[in-house]
Amino acid sequence: MIECYNIKYTYDGINYALDDICLKIDNAEFVGIIGENGAGKTTLAKCINGLLRPQYGKILIDGEDISKFSVAQIAKKIGFVFQNSDHQIFEQTVEDEIKFGLKNLKFSPEEIEERLENIIKKLDLEKYRNISPFELSGGERKRVALASILCLDPEILILDEPTLGQDMKQKEYLVKLIENLRKKGKTIIIITHDIEFAAEYIPRIIVMAKGKIIADGPREIITQNNFILEKSSVILPQLAQLTKILKSYNIFKSFNCNFADVHNYYYELKKYLKKK
Amino acid sequence: MINYTSNFKNINVNYKLKIKQDHCEFMVKIIKIENLNFAYSSNPENFVLKNINLEIDEGEFVILCGPTGCGKTTLIECINGLIPHFHSGVFVGNVIVAGKNTREYPVYEMSKHVGLVFQNPENQLISMNVEKELSFALENFGYNPIEIRKKVDEILKIMDIENIRYSAPYDLSGGQQQRVAIASILTLDPDIIILDEPTSNLDPMGAIKILELINQLNKEQGKTIILIEHRLEIVLKYSTRIIAMNNGQIILNDETKKAISNDILEDLGLRIPKIIKLYKLLKRDGFYIENIPLTIEDLAHEILKLAEYHD
Repeated sequence: MIECYNIKYTYDGINYALDDICLKIDNAEFVGIIGENGAGKTTLAKCINGLLRPQYGKILIDGEDISKFSVAQIAKKIGFVFQNSDHQIFEQTVEDEIKFGLKNLKFSPEEIEERLENIIKKLDLEKYRNISPFELSGGERKRVALASILCLDPEILILDEPTLGQDMKQKEYLVKLIENLRKKGKTIIIITHDIEFAAEYIPRIIVMAKGKIIADGPREIITQNNFILEKSSVILPQLAQLTKILKSYNIFKSFNCNFADVHNYYYELKKYLKKK
Repeated sequence: MINYTSNFKNINVNYKLKIKQDHCEFMVKIIKIENLNFAYSSNPENFVLKNINLEIDEGEFVILCGPTGCGKTTLIECINGLIPHFHSGVFVGNVIVAGKNTREYPVYEMSKHVGLVFQNPENQLISMNVEKELSFALENFGYNPIEIRKKVDEILKIMDIENIRYSAPYDLSGGQQQRVAIASILTLDPDIIILDEPTSNLDPMGAIKILELINQLNKEQGKTIILIEHRLEIVLKYSTRIIAMNNGQIILNDETKKAISNDILEDLGLRIPKIIKLYKLLKRDGFYIENIPLTIEDLAHEILKLAEYHD
Protein backbone atom coordinates (compact mmCIF):
# COMPACT_ATOMS: atom_id res chain seq x y z
CA MET A 1 0.00 0.00 0.00
CA ILE A 2 1.23 3.49 -0.88
CA GLU A 3 0.26 6.47 1.27
CA CYS A 4 1.30 10.04 0.54
CA TYR A 5 0.65 12.73 3.11
CA ASN A 6 0.82 16.38 2.02
CA ILE A 7 3.92 15.96 -0.05
CA LYS A 8 5.55 18.97 -1.67
CA TYR A 9 8.51 18.96 -3.99
CA THR A 10 10.34 21.82 -5.62
CA TYR A 11 13.26 21.61 -8.04
CA ASP A 12 14.22 25.28 -7.93
CA GLY A 13 12.98 26.38 -4.52
CA ILE A 14 10.36 28.70 -6.03
CA ASN A 15 7.81 26.67 -7.97
CA TYR A 16 6.27 23.59 -6.48
CA ALA A 17 6.29 20.69 -8.95
CA LEU A 18 4.24 18.81 -6.38
CA ASP A 19 1.97 20.89 -4.22
CA ASP A 20 0.32 19.21 -1.28
CA ILE A 21 -0.33 15.77 -2.71
CA CYS A 22 -2.38 13.34 -0.64
CA LEU A 23 -2.91 9.95 -2.10
CA LYS A 24 -3.61 6.38 -1.12
CA ILE A 25 -3.17 3.41 -3.39
CA ASP A 26 -4.10 -0.04 -2.14
CA ASN A 27 -2.38 -3.33 -2.90
CA ALA A 28 -3.28 -4.88 -6.25
CA GLU A 29 -4.75 -1.64 -7.55
CA PHE A 30 -4.28 -0.56 -11.16
CA VAL A 31 -4.03 3.22 -11.31
CA GLY A 32 -3.46 5.62 -14.18
CA ILE A 33 -2.02 9.10 -13.68
CA ILE A 34 -2.86 11.52 -16.48
CA GLY A 35 -2.15 15.22 -17.02
CA GLU A 36 -0.31 17.61 -19.32
CA ASN A 37 3.48 17.84 -19.65
CA GLY A 38 4.89 19.39 -16.53
CA ALA A 39 1.87 18.56 -14.36
CA GLY A 40 4.09 16.67 -11.93
CA LYS A 41 3.25 13.09 -12.87
CA THR A 42 6.81 11.87 -13.21
CA THR A 43 7.95 13.90 -10.19
CA LEU A 44 5.32 12.16 -8.09
CA ALA A 45 6.45 8.75 -9.34
CA LYS A 46 10.07 9.60 -8.59
CA CYS A 47 9.14 10.66 -5.04
CA ILE A 48 7.35 7.36 -4.50
CA ASN A 49 10.36 5.33 -5.53
CA GLY A 50 12.79 7.49 -3.58
CA LEU A 51 14.72 8.98 -6.52
CA LEU A 52 13.50 12.36 -5.30
CA ARG A 53 12.93 13.17 -1.64
CA PRO A 54 10.03 15.55 -1.00
CA GLN A 55 10.87 18.63 1.08
CA TYR A 56 7.56 18.39 2.96
CA GLY A 57 5.22 15.58 3.88
CA LYS A 58 5.86 11.88 4.09
CA ILE A 59 5.38 8.78 2.03
CA LEU A 60 4.60 5.41 3.54
CA ILE A 61 4.99 2.13 1.73
CA ASP A 62 3.26 -0.73 3.51
CA GLY A 63 3.09 1.50 6.55
CA GLU A 64 6.80 2.34 6.68
CA ASP A 65 8.20 5.82 6.08
CA ILE A 66 10.46 5.58 3.03
CA SER A 67 12.67 8.51 4.04
CA LYS A 68 14.75 6.13 6.16
CA PHE A 69 15.41 3.73 3.26
CA SER A 70 18.01 4.10 0.52
CA VAL A 71 17.00 4.10 -3.17
CA ALA A 72 18.49 0.60 -3.47
CA GLN A 73 16.32 -0.69 -0.64
CA ILE A 74 13.22 0.86 -2.15
CA ALA A 75 14.15 -0.58 -5.57
CA LYS A 76 13.48 -4.07 -4.21
CA LYS A 77 9.89 -3.10 -3.63
CA ILE A 78 9.22 -0.62 -6.41
CA GLY A 79 10.12 -1.10 -10.06
CA PHE A 80 10.25 2.01 -12.23
CA VAL A 81 10.31 1.91 -16.02
CA PHE A 82 11.33 5.23 -17.56
CA GLN A 83 9.49 6.97 -20.37
CA ASN A 84 12.62 7.16 -22.48
CA SER A 85 14.12 3.69 -22.39
CA ASP A 86 17.47 5.11 -23.55
CA HIS A 87 17.82 6.63 -20.09
CA GLN A 88 17.72 3.16 -18.66
CA ILE A 89 19.43 0.90 -21.17
CA PHE A 90 23.21 0.76 -21.38
CA GLU A 91 24.46 -2.84 -21.63
CA GLN A 92 25.97 -4.59 -24.65
CA THR A 93 23.31 -7.23 -25.12
CA VAL A 94 19.67 -7.65 -24.18
CA GLU A 95 20.60 -10.56 -21.93
CA ASP A 96 23.18 -8.50 -19.99
CA GLU A 97 20.72 -5.65 -19.69
CA ILE A 98 18.19 -7.90 -17.98
CA LYS A 99 20.82 -9.52 -15.76
CA PHE A 100 22.19 -6.19 -14.53
CA GLY A 101 19.50 -5.45 -11.97
CA LEU A 102 19.42 -9.05 -10.77
CA LYS A 103 23.16 -9.04 -10.17
CA ASN A 104 22.93 -5.76 -8.27
CA LEU A 105 20.29 -7.14 -5.97
CA LYS A 106 22.68 -10.05 -5.30
CA PHE A 107 20.60 -12.97 -6.49
CA SER A 108 22.35 -16.33 -6.83
CA PRO A 109 23.59 -17.29 -10.35
CA GLU A 110 20.98 -20.06 -10.60
CA GLU A 111 18.21 -17.69 -9.60
CA ILE A 112 19.45 -15.13 -12.15
CA GLU A 113 19.42 -17.71 -14.97
CA GLU A 114 15.97 -18.88 -14.04
CA ARG A 115 14.47 -15.41 -13.88
CA LEU A 116 16.21 -14.42 -17.13
CA GLU A 117 14.81 -17.37 -19.06
CA ASN A 118 11.42 -16.76 -17.56
CA ILE A 119 11.18 -13.10 -18.53
CA ILE A 120 12.66 -13.62 -22.00
CA LYS A 121 9.95 -16.14 -22.70
CA LYS A 122 7.25 -13.97 -21.17
CA LEU A 123 8.07 -10.85 -23.17
CA ASP A 124 8.98 -12.69 -26.37
CA LEU A 125 12.58 -11.46 -26.49
CA GLU A 126 14.23 -14.76 -27.44
CA LYS A 127 15.38 -13.64 -30.88
CA TYR A 128 16.97 -10.48 -29.52
CA ARG A 129 18.81 -11.88 -26.52
CA ASN A 130 22.30 -11.71 -27.94
CA ILE A 131 22.10 -8.43 -29.81
CA SER A 132 22.66 -4.91 -28.59
CA PRO A 133 19.50 -3.19 -27.31
CA PHE A 134 20.49 -0.14 -29.33
CA GLU A 135 19.94 -2.05 -32.57
CA LEU A 136 16.30 -2.54 -31.65
CA SER A 137 13.41 -0.31 -32.61
CA GLY A 138 12.03 2.16 -30.05
CA GLY A 139 9.08 -0.07 -29.19
CA GLU A 140 11.24 -3.15 -28.75
CA ARG A 141 13.69 -1.25 -26.56
CA LYS A 142 10.78 -0.33 -24.31
CA ARG A 143 10.04 -4.02 -23.90
CA VAL A 144 13.64 -4.71 -22.92
CA ALA A 145 13.49 -1.95 -20.30
CA LEU A 146 10.25 -3.44 -18.97
CA ALA A 147 11.80 -6.93 -18.86
CA SER A 148 14.81 -5.70 -16.89
CA ILE A 149 12.50 -4.34 -14.20
CA LEU A 150 9.86 -7.10 -14.24
CA CYS A 151 12.44 -9.80 -13.55
CA LEU A 152 13.18 -8.13 -10.20
CA ASP A 153 9.60 -9.05 -9.29
CA PRO A 154 8.75 -5.76 -7.54
CA GLU A 155 5.64 -5.39 -5.38
CA ILE A 156 4.80 -2.07 -7.00
CA LEU A 157 5.41 -1.36 -10.67
CA ILE A 158 5.45 2.19 -12.03
CA LEU A 159 5.40 2.53 -15.81
CA ASP A 160 6.03 5.95 -17.35
CA GLU A 161 4.26 6.11 -20.72
CA PRO A 162 4.46 2.38 -21.46
CA THR A 163 2.22 2.62 -24.53
CA LEU A 164 4.45 5.00 -26.51
CA GLY A 165 5.52 3.48 -29.80
CA GLN A 166 3.60 0.31 -29.05
CA ASP A 167 1.05 -1.07 -31.47
CA MET A 168 -2.34 -2.40 -30.38
CA LYS A 169 -1.13 -5.99 -30.10
CA GLN A 170 1.65 -4.96 -27.71
CA LYS A 171 -0.75 -2.82 -25.71
CA GLU A 172 -3.19 -5.67 -25.30
CA TYR A 173 -0.30 -7.87 -24.28
CA LEU A 174 0.74 -5.28 -21.72
CA VAL A 175 -2.77 -5.23 -20.30
CA LYS A 176 -2.79 -9.01 -20.00
CA LEU A 177 0.57 -8.89 -18.27
CA ILE A 178 -0.74 -6.29 -15.83
CA GLU A 179 -3.85 -8.36 -15.11
CA ASN A 180 -1.64 -11.33 -14.26
CA LEU A 181 0.53 -9.21 -11.99
CA ARG A 182 -2.55 -7.91 -10.20
CA LYS A 183 -3.75 -11.43 -9.55
CA LYS A 184 -0.47 -11.95 -7.70
CA GLY A 185 -1.27 -8.89 -5.61
CA LYS A 186 1.08 -6.44 -7.34
CA THR A 187 0.23 -2.76 -7.55
CA ILE A 188 0.50 -1.09 -10.97
CA ILE A 189 0.78 2.64 -11.60
CA ILE A 190 0.80 3.89 -15.17
CA ILE A 191 1.66 7.45 -16.17
CA THR A 192 0.10 8.20 -19.52
CA HIS A 193 -1.20 10.76 -22.02
CA ASP A 194 -3.04 8.04 -23.82
CA ILE A 195 -6.62 8.81 -22.86
CA GLU A 196 -8.14 6.16 -25.15
CA PHE A 197 -5.93 3.54 -23.50
CA ALA A 198 -6.78 4.80 -20.02
CA ALA A 199 -10.52 4.92 -20.75
CA GLU A 200 -10.42 1.38 -22.03
CA TYR A 201 -8.28 -0.44 -19.51
CA ILE A 202 -7.41 1.48 -16.35
CA PRO A 203 -10.05 1.25 -13.60
CA ARG A 204 -8.90 4.18 -11.47
CA ILE A 205 -7.65 7.44 -12.95
CA ILE A 206 -5.87 10.26 -11.15
CA VAL A 207 -5.77 13.59 -13.00
CA MET A 208 -2.94 16.02 -12.23
CA ALA A 209 -2.52 19.66 -13.19
CA LYS A 210 0.11 22.16 -12.02
CA GLY A 211 1.43 19.94 -9.25
CA LYS A 212 -1.94 19.13 -7.75
CA ILE A 213 -4.31 16.22 -7.98
CA ILE A 214 -7.48 17.71 -9.45
CA ALA A 215 -9.50 14.51 -9.74
CA ASP A 216 -9.28 10.91 -8.62
CA GLY A 217 -11.92 8.31 -9.37
CA PRO A 218 -13.24 5.50 -11.55
CA ARG A 219 -12.63 5.86 -15.29
CA GLU A 220 -16.33 6.03 -16.19
CA ILE A 221 -16.69 9.26 -14.27
CA ILE A 222 -13.34 10.86 -15.09
CA THR A 223 -13.42 10.26 -18.85
CA GLN A 224 -16.82 11.85 -19.20
CA ASN A 225 -15.99 14.96 -17.25
CA ASN A 226 -15.09 17.55 -19.81
CA PHE A 227 -14.20 20.16 -17.21
CA ILE A 228 -11.58 18.01 -15.51
CA LEU A 229 -10.02 16.86 -18.74
CA GLU A 230 -9.89 20.36 -20.16
CA LYS A 231 -8.13 21.62 -17.07
CA SER A 232 -5.55 18.91 -17.43
CA SER A 233 -5.20 19.55 -21.18
CA VAL A 234 -6.06 15.97 -21.91
CA ILE A 235 -8.49 15.40 -24.76
CA LEU A 236 -11.79 13.58 -24.34
CA PRO A 237 -12.04 10.07 -25.81
CA GLN A 238 -13.34 10.21 -29.39
CA LEU A 239 -16.75 8.75 -28.62
CA ALA A 240 -17.23 11.18 -25.75
CA GLN A 241 -16.48 14.06 -28.14
CA LEU A 242 -18.93 12.62 -30.65
CA THR A 243 -21.66 12.41 -28.01
CA LYS A 244 -21.00 15.98 -26.99
CA ILE A 245 -21.52 17.22 -30.55
CA LEU A 246 -24.66 15.12 -30.99
CA LYS A 247 -26.07 16.36 -27.69
CA SER A 248 -25.51 19.95 -28.78
CA TYR A 249 -27.93 19.18 -31.64
CA ASN A 250 -30.47 17.77 -29.20
CA ILE A 251 -29.84 14.28 -30.43
CA PHE A 252 -29.05 11.41 -28.14
CA LYS A 253 -29.71 13.59 -25.12
CA SER A 254 -30.16 11.03 -22.42
CA PHE A 255 -27.35 8.95 -23.77
CA ASN A 256 -24.91 7.56 -21.26
CA CYS A 257 -22.57 4.64 -21.73
CA ASN A 258 -19.00 3.48 -21.61
CA PHE A 259 -17.03 5.49 -24.14
CA ALA A 260 -14.31 2.90 -24.30
CA ASP A 261 -16.48 0.22 -25.85
CA VAL A 262 -17.46 0.84 -29.48
CA HIS A 263 -19.84 -2.12 -29.63
CA ASN A 264 -21.73 -0.99 -26.59
CA TYR A 265 -21.89 2.55 -28.00
CA TYR A 266 -23.07 1.29 -31.37
CA TYR A 267 -25.75 -0.81 -29.70
CA GLU A 268 -27.13 2.30 -27.95
CA LEU A 269 -26.85 4.40 -31.10
CA LYS A 270 -28.66 1.80 -33.19
CA LYS A 271 -31.43 1.58 -30.63
CA TYR A 272 -31.80 5.34 -30.78
CA LEU A 273 -31.81 5.52 -34.57
CA LYS A 274 -34.31 2.65 -34.85
CA LYS A 275 -36.65 4.29 -32.38
CA LYS A 276 -36.82 7.50 -34.35
CA MET B 1 13.08 11.32 -64.75
CA ILE B 2 14.29 14.90 -64.74
CA ASN B 3 17.86 15.47 -63.81
CA TYR B 4 17.86 18.08 -61.10
CA THR B 5 20.76 20.50 -61.06
CA SER B 6 22.01 22.66 -58.24
CA ASN B 7 19.29 25.29 -58.67
CA PHE B 8 16.78 22.53 -58.73
CA LYS B 9 14.14 24.70 -57.03
CA ASN B 10 13.73 26.95 -60.07
CA ILE B 11 13.51 24.09 -62.47
CA ASN B 12 10.88 22.59 -60.28
CA VAL B 13 8.78 25.74 -60.32
CA ASN B 14 8.95 26.03 -64.09
CA TYR B 15 8.07 22.43 -64.38
CA LYS B 16 4.99 22.87 -62.26
CA LEU B 17 3.87 25.87 -64.34
CA LYS B 18 4.26 23.85 -67.45
CA ILE B 19 2.12 21.10 -65.97
CA LYS B 20 -0.56 23.63 -65.14
CA GLN B 21 -0.55 24.98 -68.68
CA ASP B 22 -0.89 21.56 -70.19
CA HIS B 23 -3.68 20.60 -67.79
CA CYS B 24 -1.77 17.44 -67.42
CA GLU B 25 -2.30 15.23 -64.37
CA PHE B 26 1.30 14.16 -64.27
CA MET B 27 2.99 15.01 -60.99
CA VAL B 28 6.63 15.09 -60.04
CA LYS B 29 7.62 11.94 -58.20
CA ILE B 30 9.82 13.28 -55.45
CA ILE B 31 10.59 9.85 -54.02
CA LYS B 32 10.96 6.76 -56.11
CA ILE B 33 11.97 3.45 -54.57
CA GLU B 34 12.59 0.49 -56.87
CA ASN B 35 12.87 -3.11 -55.67
CA LEU B 36 14.60 -2.14 -52.45
CA ASN B 37 15.92 -4.91 -50.22
CA PHE B 38 18.05 -4.28 -47.18
CA ALA B 39 19.75 -6.26 -44.40
CA TYR B 40 21.95 -4.73 -41.67
CA SER B 41 25.58 -5.86 -41.76
CA SER B 42 25.20 -7.25 -38.23
CA ASN B 43 22.69 -9.75 -39.54
CA PRO B 44 23.14 -9.98 -43.34
CA GLU B 45 20.86 -12.99 -43.78
CA ASN B 46 17.86 -11.24 -42.34
CA PHE B 47 16.33 -8.77 -44.79
CA VAL B 48 14.49 -6.10 -42.83
CA LEU B 49 13.18 -4.50 -46.03
CA LYS B 50 11.87 -6.79 -48.71
CA ASN B 51 11.08 -5.78 -52.25
CA ILE B 52 9.89 -2.26 -51.51
CA ASN B 53 8.44 -0.36 -54.47
CA LEU B 54 7.09 3.07 -53.72
CA GLU B 55 6.45 6.39 -55.42
CA ILE B 56 5.54 9.54 -53.56
CA ASP B 57 4.36 12.73 -55.24
CA GLU B 58 5.54 16.17 -54.30
CA GLY B 59 3.32 17.80 -51.69
CA GLU B 60 1.83 14.59 -50.32
CA PHE B 61 1.20 13.99 -46.63
CA VAL B 62 1.89 10.32 -46.01
CA ILE B 63 1.29 8.36 -42.82
CA LEU B 64 3.65 5.42 -42.47
CA CYS B 65 2.44 2.84 -39.97
CA GLY B 66 2.86 -0.78 -38.98
CA PRO B 67 3.67 -2.90 -35.91
CA THR B 68 6.90 -2.23 -34.01
CA GLY B 69 9.93 -3.67 -35.74
CA CYS B 70 8.25 -3.83 -39.16
CA GLY B 71 10.94 -1.72 -40.84
CA LYS B 72 9.43 1.79 -40.78
CA THR B 73 12.49 3.48 -39.34
CA THR B 74 14.81 1.49 -41.62
CA LEU B 75 12.80 2.62 -44.64
CA ILE B 76 13.03 6.31 -43.76
CA GLU B 77 16.76 5.98 -43.13
CA CYS B 78 17.00 4.66 -46.69
CA ILE B 79 15.22 7.76 -47.95
CA ASN B 80 17.60 10.24 -46.35
CA GLY B 81 20.68 8.22 -47.24
CA LEU B 82 21.73 7.23 -43.70
CA ILE B 83 21.38 3.80 -45.25
CA PRO B 84 23.64 2.76 -46.96
CA HIS B 85 26.17 5.49 -46.04
CA PHE B 86 26.03 5.50 -42.24
CA HIS B 87 24.46 2.12 -41.41
CA SER B 88 26.04 -0.37 -43.75
CA GLY B 89 24.57 -3.63 -44.92
CA VAL B 90 23.29 -5.52 -47.93
CA PHE B 91 21.56 -2.91 -50.06
CA VAL B 92 19.81 -4.01 -53.25
CA GLY B 93 17.68 -1.76 -55.45
CA ASN B 94 17.43 1.99 -55.93
CA VAL B 95 16.21 4.88 -53.86
CA ILE B 96 15.85 8.05 -55.92
CA VAL B 97 15.05 11.21 -54.02
CA ALA B 98 14.59 14.52 -55.86
CA GLY B 99 16.18 12.87 -58.86
CA LYS B 100 19.26 11.78 -56.93
CA ASN B 101 20.14 8.16 -56.37
CA THR B 102 21.04 7.92 -52.66
CA ARG B 103 23.75 5.40 -53.50
CA GLU B 104 25.67 8.05 -55.41
CA TYR B 105 25.24 11.03 -53.10
CA PRO B 106 26.57 11.42 -49.54
CA VAL B 107 24.24 12.02 -46.59
CA TYR B 108 25.07 15.73 -46.36
CA GLU B 109 23.97 16.18 -49.96
CA MET B 110 20.72 14.30 -49.33
CA SER B 111 20.09 16.35 -46.18
CA LYS B 112 19.39 19.36 -48.41
CA HIS B 113 16.41 17.47 -49.78
CA VAL B 114 15.32 15.34 -46.85
CA GLY B 115 14.99 16.56 -43.27
CA LEU B 116 14.61 13.92 -40.59
CA VAL B 117 13.07 14.67 -37.20
CA PHE B 118 13.57 12.01 -34.59
CA GLN B 119 11.12 10.75 -32.01
CA ASN B 120 13.09 12.20 -29.17
CA PRO B 121 14.31 15.78 -29.75
CA GLU B 122 16.89 15.35 -26.98
CA ASN B 123 18.78 13.03 -29.32
CA GLN B 124 18.91 15.70 -31.98
CA LEU B 125 19.58 18.98 -30.17
CA ILE B 126 23.23 19.64 -29.45
CA SER B 127 23.85 23.38 -29.10
CA MET B 128 23.88 25.72 -26.12
CA ASN B 129 21.06 27.90 -27.40
CA VAL B 130 18.29 27.80 -29.95
CA GLU B 131 19.88 30.35 -32.30
CA LYS B 132 23.11 28.33 -32.46
CA GLU B 133 21.12 25.15 -32.99
CA LEU B 134 19.46 26.66 -36.03
CA SER B 135 22.71 28.06 -37.45
CA PHE B 136 24.57 24.78 -37.06
CA ALA B 137 23.70 23.15 -40.38
CA LEU B 138 23.98 26.41 -42.30
CA GLU B 139 27.47 27.04 -40.89
CA ASN B 140 28.47 23.54 -41.91
CA PHE B 141 27.35 24.21 -45.44
CA GLY B 142 29.47 27.36 -45.48
CA TYR B 143 26.78 30.02 -45.81
CA ASN B 144 27.96 33.53 -44.97
CA PRO B 145 26.96 35.05 -41.60
CA ILE B 146 24.50 37.55 -43.11
CA GLU B 147 22.62 34.84 -44.95
CA ILE B 148 22.62 32.64 -41.85
CA ARG B 149 21.13 35.41 -39.69
CA LYS B 150 18.45 36.13 -42.27
CA LYS B 151 17.51 32.47 -42.59
CA VAL B 152 17.47 31.87 -38.82
CA ASP B 153 15.25 34.94 -38.27
CA GLU B 154 12.84 33.68 -40.89
CA ILE B 155 12.60 30.17 -39.44
CA LEU B 156 12.24 31.43 -35.84
CA LYS B 157 9.26 33.44 -37.04
CA ILE B 158 7.64 30.59 -39.01
CA MET B 159 7.94 28.24 -36.04
CA ASP B 160 6.84 30.91 -33.56
CA ILE B 161 9.86 30.42 -31.29
CA GLU B 162 11.38 33.93 -31.43
CA ASN B 163 10.81 34.25 -27.69
CA ILE B 164 13.15 31.37 -26.90
CA ARG B 165 15.91 32.40 -29.29
CA TYR B 166 18.56 32.51 -26.56
CA SER B 167 17.28 29.69 -24.37
CA ALA B 168 19.17 26.45 -23.94
CA PRO B 169 17.38 23.52 -25.60
CA TYR B 170 17.55 21.42 -22.43
CA ASP B 171 15.66 24.12 -20.50
CA LEU B 172 12.70 23.93 -22.87
CA SER B 173 9.53 21.88 -22.58
CA GLY B 174 9.09 18.80 -24.76
CA GLY B 175 6.83 20.68 -27.17
CA GLN B 176 9.25 23.57 -27.53
CA GLN B 177 12.16 21.16 -28.03
CA GLN B 178 10.26 19.44 -30.83
CA ARG B 179 9.59 22.84 -32.42
CA VAL B 180 13.31 23.63 -32.28
CA ALA B 181 14.16 20.23 -33.78
CA ILE B 182 11.77 20.83 -36.68
CA ALA B 183 13.08 24.39 -37.07
CA SER B 184 16.66 23.15 -37.29
CA ILE B 185 15.60 20.86 -40.14
CA LEU B 186 13.80 23.68 -41.95
CA THR B 187 16.90 25.88 -42.18
CA LEU B 188 18.19 23.85 -45.11
CA ASP B 189 14.80 24.16 -46.78
CA PRO B 190 14.33 20.48 -47.59
CA ASP B 191 11.50 19.45 -49.92
CA ILE B 192 10.75 16.40 -47.86
CA ILE B 193 10.32 16.31 -44.10
CA ILE B 194 10.22 12.93 -42.41
CA LEU B 195 9.09 12.73 -38.80
CA ASP B 196 9.45 9.59 -36.71
CA GLU B 197 6.66 9.75 -34.09
CA PRO B 198 7.29 13.44 -33.44
CA THR B 199 4.54 13.83 -30.87
CA SER B 200 4.84 10.70 -28.83
CA ASN B 201 6.53 12.46 -25.90
CA LEU B 202 4.01 15.28 -25.84
CA ASP B 203 0.65 15.65 -24.14
CA PRO B 204 -2.37 15.58 -26.47
CA MET B 205 -2.72 19.38 -26.74
CA GLY B 206 1.01 19.77 -27.40
CA ALA B 207 0.81 16.99 -29.98
CA ILE B 208 -2.02 18.68 -31.84
CA LYS B 209 -0.12 21.97 -31.96
CA ILE B 210 2.89 20.25 -33.54
CA LEU B 211 0.68 18.41 -36.03
CA GLU B 212 -1.06 21.66 -37.01
CA LEU B 213 2.36 23.12 -37.64
CA ILE B 214 3.40 20.17 -39.79
CA ASN B 215 0.13 20.47 -41.67
CA GLN B 216 0.85 24.14 -42.28
CA LEU B 217 4.28 23.31 -43.71
CA ASN B 218 2.56 20.84 -46.01
CA LYS B 219 -0.35 22.99 -47.16
CA GLU B 220 1.30 26.42 -47.26
CA GLN B 221 4.88 25.65 -48.20
CA GLY B 222 4.21 22.53 -50.23
CA LYS B 223 6.61 20.34 -48.25
CA THR B 224 6.22 16.63 -48.75
CA ILE B 225 5.56 15.02 -45.36
CA ILE B 226 6.16 11.47 -44.27
CA LEU B 227 4.96 10.86 -40.74
CA ILE B 228 5.38 7.74 -38.66
CA GLU B 229 2.57 7.64 -36.14
CA HIS B 230 0.70 5.01 -34.19
CA ARG B 231 -2.12 7.22 -33.02
CA LEU B 232 -4.07 7.34 -36.25
CA GLU B 233 -6.95 9.17 -34.61
CA ILE B 234 -5.01 12.42 -34.37
CA VAL B 235 -3.26 12.41 -37.78
CA LEU B 236 -5.89 10.99 -40.08
CA LYS B 237 -7.46 14.27 -41.11
CA TYR B 238 -4.21 15.81 -42.34
CA SER B 239 -3.02 12.96 -44.52
CA THR B 240 -3.44 12.18 -48.21
CA ARG B 241 -2.20 8.64 -48.06
CA ILE B 242 -1.54 5.74 -45.68
CA ILE B 243 1.24 3.25 -46.17
CA ALA B 244 1.27 0.22 -43.89
CA MET B 245 4.21 -2.13 -43.45
CA ASN B 246 4.57 -5.57 -41.93
CA ASN B 247 7.65 -7.80 -41.77
CA GLY B 248 9.66 -5.48 -44.00
CA GLN B 249 7.08 -5.31 -46.75
CA ILE B 250 4.55 -2.72 -47.82
CA ILE B 251 1.18 -4.38 -47.49
CA LEU B 252 -1.10 -1.40 -47.96
CA ASN B 253 -0.58 1.77 -49.95
CA ASP B 254 -3.71 3.75 -50.65
CA GLU B 255 -5.34 7.15 -50.30
CA THR B 256 -6.41 7.86 -46.72
CA LYS B 257 -10.15 7.24 -46.98
CA LYS B 258 -9.79 3.95 -48.80
CA ALA B 259 -6.92 2.77 -46.64
CA ILE B 260 -8.54 3.49 -43.30
CA SER B 261 -11.61 1.43 -44.11
CA ASN B 262 -9.44 -1.49 -45.20
CA ASP B 263 -9.48 -4.34 -42.68
CA ILE B 264 -5.75 -4.94 -43.17
CA LEU B 265 -4.93 -2.18 -40.68
CA GLU B 266 -6.96 -3.83 -37.97
CA ASP B 267 -5.49 -7.24 -38.75
CA LEU B 268 -2.03 -5.72 -38.31
CA GLY B 269 -2.95 -4.89 -34.74
CA LEU B 270 -2.93 -1.13 -35.32
CA ARG B 271 -5.28 0.98 -33.31
CA ILE B 272 -8.15 1.98 -35.54
CA PRO B 273 -9.81 5.20 -34.42
CA LYS B 274 -13.10 4.60 -32.60
CA ILE B 275 -15.01 6.74 -35.10
CA ILE B 276 -13.84 4.50 -37.95
CA LYS B 277 -14.93 1.41 -36.01
CA LEU B 278 -18.32 3.01 -35.41
CA TYR B 279 -18.56 3.93 -39.10
CA LYS B 280 -17.82 0.33 -40.10
CA LEU B 281 -20.50 -0.99 -37.74
CA LEU B 282 -23.09 1.46 -39.09
CA LYS B 283 -22.19 0.53 -42.63
CA ARG B 284 -22.33 -3.21 -41.89
CA ASP B 285 -25.92 -2.89 -40.75
CA GLY B 286 -26.98 -1.01 -43.83
CA PHE B 287 -27.09 2.58 -42.57
CA TYR B 288 -26.37 4.89 -45.47
CA ILE B 289 -23.25 6.97 -44.89
CA GLU B 290 -22.14 9.10 -47.77
CA ASN B 291 -18.52 9.88 -46.88
CA ILE B 292 -15.95 7.94 -44.92
CA PRO B 293 -15.46 10.14 -41.83
CA LEU B 294 -11.92 11.25 -40.97
CA THR B 295 -12.89 13.49 -38.08
CA ILE B 296 -15.38 13.33 -35.24
CA GLU B 297 -17.26 16.24 -36.82
CA ASP B 298 -17.58 14.29 -40.10
CA LEU B 299 -19.15 11.34 -38.32
CA ALA B 300 -21.41 13.55 -36.19
CA HIS B 301 -22.62 15.15 -39.42
CA GLU B 302 -23.43 11.75 -40.94
CA ILE B 303 -25.26 10.61 -37.80
CA LEU B 304 -27.27 13.84 -37.78
CA LYS B 305 -28.30 13.10 -41.35
CA LEU B 306 -29.34 9.58 -40.36
CA ALA B 307 -31.39 10.90 -37.45
CA GLU B 308 -33.15 13.46 -39.64
CA TYR B 309 -33.84 10.86 -42.26
CA HIS B 310 -35.60 8.81 -39.63
CA ASP B 311 -37.66 11.79 -38.50
